Amino acid sequence: MIYLNLFYEFFKTGLFAVGGGLATLPFLYDMADRTGWFSSSQLADMLAVSESTPGPIGVNMATYVGFTIRGIPGALVATLGLVTPSVIVILIVAAFLKSFRDNRFVNAGFYGLRPASTAMVASAGISVVALALLQVDQFHATGALADLINWKGVALAAVLLVLTRWVKPTKGLHPILFILASAVVGVVFQF
Amino acid sequence: MQKLNGKELGSLFLTFAKVGVMTFGGGYAMLPILQREVVENKGWVSNEELADYFAIGQCTPGVIAVNTATFIGQKRGGVIGGIVATLGVVFPSLIIIMLLAGIITSFSHLTWMQHAFGGIRVCVCVLIFNAVLKLWKGAVKDIWALLIFLGVFAASVLTDLSPVIYVLLAGTAGIVIGLLKNPMKKGAGPS
Repeated sequence: MIYLNLFYEFFKTGLFAVGGGLATLPFLYDMADRTGWFSSSQLADMLAVSESTPGPIGVNMATYVGFTIRGIPGALVATLGLVTPSVIVILIVAAFLKSFRDNRFVNAGFYGLRPASTAMVASAGISVVALALLQVDQFHATGALADLINWKGVALAAVLLVLTRWVKPTKGLHPILFILASAVVGVVFQF
Repeated sequence: MQKLNGKELGSLFLTFAKVGVMTFGGGYAMLPILQREVVENKGWVSNEELADYFAIGQCTPGVIAVNTATFIGQKRGGVIGGIVATLGVVFPSLIIIMLLAGIITSFSHLTWMQHAFGGIRVCVCVLIFNAVLKLWKGAVKDIWALLIFLGVFAASVLTDLSPVIYVLLAGTAGIVIGLLKNPMKKGAGPS
């Protein structure tokens, strides 16, 4: 029954994640919490791989999570689960294209959905920050506040933030370059 | 819309598989590639139609790339066309991610691999932060939207509720706010 469950979980993700691939992230965190199929640190790694490989991020994530849980059949079931609601919804919307775009209730609904989706992605981001920039275990062991923060990580984050937002020649570069550079920094400085 | 023969369905599948391979990252990266393949090379839809499909793909549930593929596929060949185009766009993700996931799993116990992912996770934080800022610009345009953002953000950081609940509540809130803003005017959604 794991496959049925897997399909159902990803169907739900596909049905409620509005606004592109990253919007699936809060649903995947929720799934990790409830099912224990994978951990949230695995999820952060899967996100990095999904951003660095061809294909839409949401589809890559579903394939990766499915594969982690149950190999190739798991990957197929999770991906099919994710895209099935899209196909159904779009086929229905296509039939009423004009009236859908101009409907005030549809527009008003999405006006409320967009900030909610932004907030959920932000909150998922905080989980990744806790994972990458804080060392809660070490803090519990020593009790020293300075040990709570992963200083190497914070330094790298600051550099990346400046490079991706403010430095003209680098800010338009593809994320895969920053991900690869961070992997090298991680190996060299033993993150 | 027409009945497609096997060869035409094959061409639909291959075209979207090509789009899937060339889409690096999120749905937005896909637009110029779709323009070249589907509008200029194949002439299946016009630029205006593509813009419409893309806009709807962004605000309907699911991954934007999949939604847009289903839309174009159904325009070209009805329900079967929609399904074939969707399978085409996810096909490269399935193959590439399953190969990579297998490789990464078998190397994940190595120390240097763990350091690399330590660095990568820091980068993921920064990428999510940048994505949230981009989403914010399109979503939080007035005080009501800000309130929805803050409410959902606080709730999802502090509680374990399912994201589905936030989506349903925020959609409803959007409709209520829309009705309060301009009660009886027909056809005018909130701006």
